[in-house]
Amino acid sequence: MINDTIAGVSTAVGNSGISVIRLSGPDAFLIADKIFKGKYSVSEQESHTIQYGKIISNETNEVIDEVLLIKMEAPRTYTREDVVEISSHGGYTIASSLLNLLYSNGARPAEPGEFTKRAFLNGRIDLSQAEAVMDIIQARTQRVSKVAVKQLEGSVSQKLNVIRERIITLLSDIEVNLDYPEYDAEEITLAQAGKETTSIIIEIDSLIKSFHYGKLLREGMEIVISGRPNVGKSSLMNRLTRKNRSIVTDIPGTTRDTVEEYVNIKGIPVKLVDTAGVRETLDQVEQQGVERTIKAISDADLVILLIDISQGFTAEDHDLLNKILKERKPYVLCFNKTDLVDDKQKINDNINLYPDAIPMSISEDRGVDELEERIFGYATENSQDIDNQVLITNARHEGQLKKAKEHLESAYRASVSKMTLDMVALDLKAALEELGKITGDHADQDVINAIFSRFCLGK
Amino acid sequence: MTKESAQNDRGTKRSAQNDKRALRKELNGYIIKVIYMKDFIGGEYDVIVVGAGHAGCEAALATARLGFSTAIFTLNLDNIANMPCNPNIGGTAKGQLVREVDALGGQMGISADANFIQSKILNRAKGPAVYSLRAQIDRRAYSDYMKYVLEAQENLEIKQAEVTGILCENQKIKGIRIHTGTVFYCRILILTTGTYLNANIIIGESKISSGPDGLLPANRLSDSLEELGIELLRFKTGTPPRINERSIDYSKLIEQPGDEDIVPFSFMSGELQIEQVPCYMTHTTAETHRIIRENLHRAPMYSGEIKGIGARYCPSIEDKIVRFADKESHQVFVEPMGLGTKEVYLQGMSTSMPEDVQLKMVRSLPGLEKAQIMRPAYAIEYDCINPAQLKLSLEIKGIEGLFFAGQINGSSGYEEAAAQGLMAGINAAMKLQNREPLVLDRSQAYIGVLIDDLVTKGTNEPYRMMTSRAEYRLYLRQDNADLRLTTIGHEIGLVTPERYNRFLEKRRLIQGEIRRLQNTILPANDRINDFLERHGSTKIVTGIKLYDLLKRPEMEYPYLKEIDQGAELPKEVIEQVSVSIKYEGYLKRQMNQIEQFKRMEERRLPEEIDYEKIHGLSLEARQKLNAIKPVSLGQASRISGVSPADVAVLLVYLESRKRKG
Ligand SMILES: Cc1cc2nc3c(=O)[nH]c(=O)nc-3n(C[C@H](O)[C@H](O)[C@H](O)COP(=O)(O)OP(=O)(O)OC[C@H]3O[C@@H](n4cnc5c(N)ncnc54)[C@H](O)[C@@H]3O)c2cc1C
Ligand SMILES: Nc1nc2c(ncn2[C@@H]2O[C@H](COP(=O)(O)OP(=O)(O)OP(=O)(O)O)[C@@H](O)[C@H]2O)c(=O)[nH]1
Ligand SMILES: [Mg+2]
Repeated sequence: MINDTIAGVSTAVGNSGISVIRLSGPDAFLIADKIFKGKYSVSEQESHTIQYGKIISNETNEVIDEVLLIKMEAPRTYTREDVVEISSHGGYTIASSLLNLLYSNGARPAEPGEFTKRAFLNGRIDLSQAEAVMDIIQARTQRVSKVAVKQLEGSVSQKLNVIRERIITLLSDIEVNLDYPEYDAEEITLAQAGKETTSIIIEIDSLIKSFHYGKLLREGMEIVISGRPNVGKSSLMNRLTRKNRSIVTDIPGTTRDTVEEYVNIKGIPVKLVDTAGVRETLDQVEQQGVERTIKAISDADLVILLIDISQGFTAEDHDLLNKILKERKPYVLCFNKTDLVDDKQKINDNINLYPDAIPMSISEDRGVDELEERIFGYATENSQDIDNQVLITNARHEGQLKKAKEHLESAYRASVSKMTLDMVALDLKAALEELGKITGDHADQDVINAIFSRFCLGK
Repeated sequence: MTKESAQNDRGTKRSAQNDKRALRKELNGYIIKVIYMKDFIGGEYDVIVVGAGHAGCEAALATARLGFSTAIFTLNLDNIANMPCNPNIGGTAKGQLVREVDALGGQMGISADANFIQSKILNRAKGPAVYSLRAQIDRRAYSDYMKYVLEAQENLEIKQAEVTGILCENQKIKGIRIHTGTVFYCRILILTTGTYLNANIIIGESKISSGPDGLLPANRLSDSLEELGIELLRFKTGTPPRINERSIDYSKLIEQPGDEDIVPFSFMSGELQIEQVPCYMTHTTAETHRIIRENLHRAPMYSGEIKGIGARYCPSIEDKIVRFADKESHQVFVEPMGLGTKEVYLQGMSTSMPEDVQLKMVRSLPGLEKAQIMRPAYAIEYDCINPAQLKLSLEIKGIEGLFFAGQINGSSGYEEAAAQGLMAGINAAMKLQNREPLVLDRSQAYIGVLIDDLVTKGTNEPYRMMTSRAEYRLYLRQDNADLRLTTIGHEIGLVTPERYNRFLEKRRLIQGEIRRLQNTILPANDRINDFLERHGSTKIVTGIKLYDLLKRPEMEYPYLKEIDQGAELPKEVIEQVSVSIKYEGYLKRQMNQIEQFKRMEERRLPEEIDYEKIHGLSLEARQKLNAIKPVSLGQASRISGVSPADVAVLLVYLESRKRKG
């Protein structure tokens, strides 16, 4: 039964920043060798020794991380199989790219509790612990699926369902003709099937790209600093990054394009985006910058809306807030330049209206700590369940999407190479099954239901 | 029927003094007097089959052919293997079932080949996985033929009677009781009562207690089943009106001829040549739809008169018009019911509208303006069992020796019935021989898909086979049914030596030809390139194997004659060779999937496991697993409510059991 090699995170990715990725199964050494460069190859390395080296992507030749690699030959291992453990200190992002790299090199994502399950099945764990093992499997799965469901409640799940629906529709178009050849539906042609498949592939690609959930882990959180010109956005960026990357002047409209910077806020990896101030403008360059700002807002996980409170809460500020609300983005309001306001009552009035807003003065370094606190709170609140399991879930979902895409591509090839419709259907169904592993749906039933609800069949 | 009289009629709990009591029974408006004779024992058999429909015939023939004394009971001897609905056998997925029944040594294919009046292969252009054979059948002739086959069968007795009660002792089958009170004993009982149990026929506002085609219903057996603790469901189906063809203006209809090349169902039939009869096509009109809409309130489906659950795939015409309101017209096919009759079947016009509306509807079809209805369309409600109570062998859990097959298991269709009947018959025989039951899995046969679906998933509507239900349909083709199953049929003992030798010869030819194609290399010369060009294929610069040449989509096996001297091979051998070469990649992939699937099927779950006691299983899984008692991890994973995590837990549980010894 056990003949494949699995990979997963084996220690929680805590504040330590170190994560251990475990690879277990007959091909563990082989797979590790494909991406690890050390003094020795993993195959040559002695069992139960540790080696320093680099993880290099064999797709892009990029160095992903510097790591410590432990090699353990069966049977003296946790699972009684060949095991490789890779300790990386790169945090979520790195751990996740490392995992993906292993998946694309032949490892399969570990199911929840699967290392333990294998340990048991291979006789490593004795009978008295069997019940505990079963509990672990069930408990982990429940937690993971809880998280997964939560994650799926967003735009991803919507998109995923749209894709599933399209495949189901296409399949039922084909199947109805196969199962009811005399039904007077327009017969779908290979060419039509191929065309629709391409279009579905594009959708699934965009989903793979915009893979949002777990993005916090993979790429960190994306935070956009927005506001009217001259409110202090670039100043805030520089303060948070502790660099002078953005140019600060007292001329409104200084920042013309978005500026990005990676920073670690209380352990959370964050991509900060400084933007061009938003205002009505005729300057073409600036106009483009403004458009990009709006785009950046729609891509962000969190938006900081900076307001120059010495000017009051202006109509333009309002417009911008509305834009953010329309995008349904979580945001933090900051009332900057409080040092310029003599009449504190003016600030308080606004705080009364917007109790969540943070009074701030970047020049006097007030309020920025509170903002950092708020960012951290937001990140952790939305990722309470983030532990190694969530990471696996996310990576697994993405893997599933990629597999689905492969099947769709095969369906497309079948349609252009003049295979028959039943072969195209075979590939489409395989794609649907991969997606079903994310959503928990059964392909067969869905297609049959679609046939009966969409077509009028009978005697 | 009143509760009281039903109680008196239960075979199981009857006491001696009850036997003498006369019962008054109100049935179909007639008062019937039943006086039971004291314990007259009519006979003793290894196997009793109740029902001589498509399921019952296969079951009884199988047990009798395997050497067991068998009795088959039917309500009416003149309607053996009756086709109460469409006069055809086969079609998508169903054609595959018939071929499988045939490959195992069943009867349906042979009988169909002997009585068809038109033959057609459906889906020719859509791929080998879905080619399906369908034949129009002479309904009367088919029934007579089947009756004769039963009559001529050694070890088989045929009896006309209504079976009213099941005799069971200590959860073990003992026999049956019939309407006269006579008792028959048996070791195995197979119930194949089709659509007859507590059957009601509904035509518009009228509802009568009746079986199909004016045959008697069986109104007493259900009670006996319930008495045994068996859960019953109430399903419904329907059929269109029959018309006298003399009243049809065929000039307005489109002719639908059969195929020129006739492909038989049975691997035993060889070449068939008959004069075929055409079908015809017409369609509904705006007028038809108007009539239906105006009379919807009189359709029992909408007035709530019918409570049985109907199937989505055979909706009545009123259903279609309500659900697909924007479709302006529906096809209607006119199919002959046989050579010796002018009665024709109106496929597409199934309805339970009152008769007056039916007549108007029918007469609104082009060509049928003067149509005479011979039998009106009707809906029928009947009792069947919840198939989730069965084992994969079709024996019911908890009662030794009681098997079920056919429509009583919640399925629908002649072919589905025949397939189950054959399997029930085989497994009855296996049980009597103390052999393991024959369970075909989902990767071996449509039969496996059919039974696994029914037993593992249950059904809430009459279940019809479809190719989309089979996950391995590229492998489960109609053309290779013998290659998949005949060896199994041979081991069981149902395959005659003649059939087995034919099969061995076919297999030998296929393997030989594939080997030859692999070993024959065409040189890259002008003659060959000419040939390639002629068939729109790219030229070659180095030699090419015939095998690889055939992989090209535009290359067909018959072309090879122009350049290659192979032996003359039978059509079915060429078909096998072509398919396995052309679709090699896909087939390989499918075989890999099947291998994975098999691994899960091979992990057996012992029957005595109490899932309530397994730590780590979800609550729902515990209940479902205890109810279904799956035989393998694979089957468990298909039960709704059993998650992948539950399956992993089971795996661990199995391992710990093994270690405990
Ligand atoms: C109105 C109607 C419409 C249908 N429409 C379709 C359709 O569109 N498509 C489709 O695929 N299938 C259809 N069918 C179903 C098809 O006819 C059946 O699925 C198939 O015939 C079932 O075969 P069976 O052997 O299970 O039962 P049946 O063919 O119904 O045979 C049952 C047998 O049991 C006998 N019997 C029953 N009770 C007793 C008893 N107590 N004692 C003794 N004998 C008994 C009867 O005499 C009969 O011989 C329809 C059936 C009907 C009646
Ligand atoms: N007094 C005071 N001045 C501030 C504060 N924050 C920023 N400034 C000043 O405001 C001016 C504009 O700051 P920037 O950071 O360039 O503003 P911006 O929002 O990036 O402006 P654009 O890029 O033009 O949209 C600079 O002169 C800053 O020094 C503050 O808290 N108090
Ligand atoms: Mg700026």
